[in-house]
Amino acid sequence: MRIAVQAAPFDQGAELQAFSAAASGAGAVVSFSGLVRDEAGRLSALEIEYYPGMTEKALASIAQEAVSRWSLLDALVIHRHGRLLVGEAIMMVATASTHRADAFSAAEFLMDYLKSRAPFWKKELLADGADWVRAKDTDENALKRW
Amino acid sequence: MIDVLYFAWVRERIGLPRERIETSATTVSGLIDELCLREPRYAAAFADLAALRVAVDQELSAFDAPLQGVREVAFFPPMTGG
Repeated sequence: MRIAVQAAPFDQGAELQAFSAAASGAGAVVSFSGLVRDEAGRLSALEIEYYPGMTEKALASIAQEAVSRWSLLDALVIHRHGRLLVGEAIMMVATASTHRADAFSAAEFLMDYLKSRAPFWKKELLADGADWVRAKDTDENALKRW
Repeated sequence: MIDVLYFAWVRERIGLPRERIETSATTVSGLIDELCLREPRYAAAFADLAALRVAVDQELSAFDAPLQGVREVAFFPPMTGG
């Protein structure tokens, strides 16, 4: 299990390849990457704030929960902070399991929990100002299915 | 002494990311009441508790959580990760 909270960009392809290569015995690897949307051309950049210490702990505990619930062989979470431009990867998760159903479910679980239980806050820097992204009720409701 | 941390718009509204506070409050709510009496910017930040979350020693907590033995309290809006 690897958890990384970093300002630096990461290479999604290289991360996925390394993760798959290390997951010995796995029959399935699922990965998801979140990218900075341009919001119909309004967005110039995204500023992501986090809580050093708590963020890493929260991510580790969410990933640990996924590993035990779906008997994953491995899990990866990378999440960036700082200023990101349109099109850049904000984060990625990857899960490895014996069969695909567990890897898919665990990746969705990770994403649902990352959205509203990992201490990150996004601010949209727009052409005409800046706005903190509001948490959505749908994101909070998504946790109920787990 | 407790370290009090603020994130996102809470940090912007109060105007600083963290401060050390000498408090006699026994719960998070008590601490909020003390802060609100200090200056209008605190009262503005804490005006709507439904829009806020609190972490006590880096664990999400309720506003009635006790402060005994606590080192760090953080206030922030609902998280928007992913």
